[in-house]
Amino acid sequence: MVRLKRACGQTANKLPDETQQRQRQNTVAFKLKKVTTMATAETRNKIFGTPETNYLNCTKGWKSWAFTLDHKRIGVMYLVGVTIALFLAGAFALILRSHLVKFDSNMLSYDRYNQMFTLHGAVMVFAFIIPSIPAALGNFVLPMMLGAKDVAFPRMNLASFYLWIVGTMCLLGAILFGGGLDTGWTFYTPYSIETETGVIWATFGAFVLGFSSIFTGLNFLVTVNTMRSPGQTWFKLPLFLWSLYATSIIQVLATPVLGITLLLLIAEKTMHIGVFDPRYGGDPVLFQHFFWFYSHPAVYIMILPGMGVISELISVYSQKRIFGYSFIAFSSVAIALLGFLVWGHHMFTSGQSPLVTLIFSAITFSVAIPSAVKVFNWLATLFKGSILLNTPMLYALSFIFLFGIGGLTGLFLGALSTDIHLHDTYFVVAHFHFVMVGGTLTALLGGLFHWWPKMFGRMYNDFWGRVSCALVFIGFNVTFFPQFVMGARGMPRRYASYDPEFQIFHQISTVGAFVLGIGILLAYGVLVYAARYGKRCGSNPFRAASMEWQSSSPPDFHNFIHKPTVNDPYDFDSQVYDEELDTYLPREYADPAKTPPRKEPVHH
Amino acid sequence: MADHSHDSHDHPSFNHPAPIPMLFGVFIALVGLTVATVVTSNIELAQFAFPVAMAIATLKAFLVGAFFMHMWWDKGFNILVFLSSLLFVTLFIGMTMLDTGSNLEQVESFPTTETSSLSTTEY
Amino acid sequence: MAIAETHDTHGEHHDDHHDHGEFIAHHFESPEQQFDSGKLGIWIFLVTEVLFFSGLFVLYTLYRNYHPEIFQVAHHYLDKNLGCLNTIVLLFSSLTMALAVRSAQTGKNKNCETYLLITMVCATIFLGVKAVEYSHKWDLGIWPRSMFHYHEGVHETGIFGLSNYLIKLSVIPTLLLVGFAGYAAFQYLTDKANNARFYIGMTIMVLGYFAGVVGGVVYQNAIAGDSHAHAALQTAAPLMLHAATIDKSSAGHDDHVHADGEGDSHDDHDHADVPAGSQESVPDSVGIFFSIYYCMTGLHAIHIIGGIVALAWIYRRSQLGHWREDYFGPVDYVGLYWHLVDLIWIYLFPLLYLID
Ligand code: HEM
Ligand SMILES: [Cu+2]
Repeated sequence: MVRLKRACGQTANKLPDETQQRQRQNTVAFKLKKVTTMATAETRNKIFGTPETNYLNCTKGWKSWAFTLDHKRIGVMYLVGVTIALFLAGAFALILRSHLVKFDSNMLSYDRYNQMFTLHGAVMVFAFIIPSIPAALGNFVLPMMLGAKDVAFPRMNLASFYLWIVGTMCLLGAILFGGGLDTGWTFYTPYSIETETGVIWATFGAFVLGFSSIFTGLNFLVTVNTMRSPGQTWFKLPLFLWSLYATSIIQVLATPVLGITLLLLIAEKTMHIGVFDPRYGGDPVLFQHFFWFYSHPAVYIMILPGMGVISELISVYSQKRIFGYSFIAFSSVAIALLGFLVWGHHMFTSGQSPLVTLIFSAITFSVAIPSAVKVFNWLATLFKGSILLNTPMLYALSFIFLFGIGGLTGLFLGALSTDIHLHDTYFVVAHFHFVMVGGTLTALLGGLFHWWPKMFGRMYNDFWGRVSCALVFIGFNVTFFPQFVMGARGMPRRYASYDPEFQIFHQISTVGAFVLGIGILLAYGVLVYAARYGKRCGSNPFRAASMEWQSSSPPDFHNFIHKPTVNDPYDFDSQVYDEELDTYLPREYADPAKTPPRKEPVHH
Repeated sequence: MADHSHDSHDHPSFNHPAPIPMLFGVFIALVGLTVATVVTSNIELAQFAFPVAMAIATLKAFLVGAFFMHMWWDKGFNILVFLSSLLFVTLFIGMTMLDTGSNLEQVESFPTTETSSLSTTEY
Repeated sequence: MAIAETHDTHGEHHDDHHDHGEFIAHHFESPEQQFDSGKLGIWIFLVTEVLFFSGLFVLYTLYRNYHPEIFQVAHHYLDKNLGCLNTIVLLFSSLTMALAVRSAQTGKNKNCETYLLITMVCATIFLGVKAVEYSHKWDLGIWPRSMFHYHEGVHETGIFGLSNYLIKLSVIPTLLLVGFAGYAAFQYLTDKANNARFYIGMTIMVLGYFAGVVGGVVYQNAIAGDSHAHAALQTAAPLMLHAATIDKSSAGHDDHVHADGEGDSHDDHDHADVPAGSQESVPDSVGIFFSIYYCMTGLHAIHIIGGIVALAWIYRRSQLGHWREDYFGPVDYVGLYWHLVDLIWIYLFPLLYLID
């Protein structure tokens, strides 16, 4: 197994040694044919070279951004938006962790503490993690992966972004105008009906954010269905698209239920319609059914796009065809559908009937199967691949490790007897942070590093990128691993003070949280620096084979100035190195004189 | 009449105008069924009243869906998409129903605010 | 409706020059691709609508299952005839909508315009009747659960014997009527007959609301005059709850009215046989039915209003002659939405009005 040194960081784009040799052998031939290939070289340069105008600078002024219908600009704006949400909610988290350094801390009043963790959770879930990968990265690459000029409904796409802004503002309005919010992100009744805090602001915000999410999902479903390039069959789609498609199914089917739930909650709170409020004959547990009918599928809205990113990264940075393509593809759909059948596992201790509890527990276990299918296929892809340990790949590997732990602990929680003990403890907190931060956030960062050169046409500093990944990985584990331990020992979640015996765990956790924070900041720092000062990079520095890499970097306003070639997204041999442009090109466009012969295709 | 819609122009393949008599026929059937459901609600059907009402409603829904909404001629995938929503609604109703019966007693025994008309002023 | 991404308003990049190029957005290859995208989009949107309503159907199923007696009592306060009338009005609007789609498909913009106007008028008639129904209930104190205070014989009225609530509900339509009519006149006088045509249409549309209100009020007064019918409608129901105190054991399950502790099973008393008695109020727990009723019909009414806005938009575009054989998508999409709103009502009507 040859470890390839390929395009990364300052070392620019180096060829796989083998190819390089062949290239040298071909130089003579190249000189002879030079005259005849001049014209194609020009075309090549025009299509894959560094463009003068691109989507970033083709129009100027804030209006050209605020009213843009270009999916790439909307993606970038979404990215900025969700990043702000991430930092804001991250700051809340650090305040919480600082408070918990001492068991009888009075840094925050208990009321403030409640409000702080609620806003942390609500902003992270509704304003950051749900839109993060689909609406930011997905928006950017989805149409390009299809060879399309835009998503099917560009105006709806922009509307989705504005709804995101309005929703986030309302959510935050709960602090400014509603006097905080202290229900937890789950808005459980009856407390949410009784509390005087800004429940209506927050629920309305989440309601609007729901529509923002539906718009994105609807758009993606239609785009993938009707706007694929001619000849691009479903099984020639990159797996990221399969995962986005599955995500969109959930967004479209589950989010409306959140909408009606929150409306009913608002109605209950303002008019006491008596469906959730026990004082008026309502059933508060019914609210939990409504809420989790959405919110369990929603955790797959959070993780599926992340899984899709990882499928791309693992394959590209192993330079090996993804193992078990159709298994990974269908497991996404299976997760999306099975995800609708397990919501009751959040209600094992809520007085749910034994029969229903049993059913939900059993199906919960079955959800682990498609998740595991993915993990095993990723591992099989790595096997004997030419692994390149650059920043995105390191993030991808961290993902597999952390998601593995997060997913497996989900099974502990899905088992009835253990959940009685673990429910509402820090064990649950650790579980979902392993999947949401260790999973989705890690995948988001990995995906950003992977597509950043495409988005901004510049390469990041791989060394500092890897440092950021190390800090995130270490910080994350230091933060959340102790939480498993203290959870298992009975430390309840959402408490502002606790037994002194847990203090040491909390302190370790707090230290880790700051390391994690620094790691995330560093990652964003490296990226932002690269977008401005990074070395210019060609259209396909990583030798990826999916279609978005056939555009120039950054892409043209129309995405492609030529008709991109439809090929197998995991056939890396379809891309060959071009010295002049210092990047990889599809074979069809490469200089035939310098093109190494096609390898025998490997089939699994 | 029915042919008229198809001959006069060369419609693009995605354009299937529905014949006018059919639309009117469907409307008359719908009104008939509406009257039928009102009539059946007035006669004593005991435990069959609800199924009958729902059956009539579903028949009406079928007519509206198949003919007014052109589902009869639509792409299979679109129909699948729409009908799948019903599956998820069934799931939602079914699983919730399966559970909520069990805690009914607690819900019922919770002290309610029974202050009659005064309660309006309270809240 | 955000779904209907149709013409390229941002005006850049018309690189695809088809015959009817002006309504092809720049990112679509062909009219067919654009149409298929829109169509799939609207179907998915309808899926979200169905799931949006599903929450209310869950509530309905649950409470009807566990408290059938509440439903049996409560539905007597709903007027079958008005409900039936409204059902037929909506069905008719569906017919005209389907005809409008057909006209757009055959490029007959004028016909399309007329059918759409009829559709909108039906929609507002529906709302007018609904306003009468709502305000009549509010006069009787029939509100959602916490505000429910029905007392036999207590009935508020405002000026001219009209319900105060009805007058309040009609404020916005009145303003709209004056605004549209005035603006139409203004446009007409400033020689913009084309614009005026649109606002005249809008004026007619709002008039439908008042037609519905007048029809509803006349009907209501007629049955109020017919004292026998009135008595049957207003008094029989509450009595049922009180007179028919049944041994819980025969009921066998938990479906008792918990609110006032009085048990009552769902045995089928013919309420005409129940002896007239007390003047007491109906237990507030009956309000739960009306909570659900208001949620369902209210959300449905909001969808009707949204539909009217969408209809007005395609109405305007028919006036501008936008439809042709290869471009009629928006009418088709709005049509599908409109039929869905009708479909939901097809279920709401028997579920709410025809319980026995
Ligand atoms: C491998 C599959 C998974 C299983 C079997 C699983 C199982 C569970 C169970 C049983 C609970 C309830 C614990 C309790 O409250 O007692 C839970 C909570 C939670 N899970 Fe998972 N989970 C899985 C994957 C995920 C993923 C992928 C995410 C998000 C990306 C996630 C996010 C959450 C969250 C946010 C909660 C806590 C909700 C709250 O009460 O605030 N889970 N999980
Ligand atoms: Cu869950």
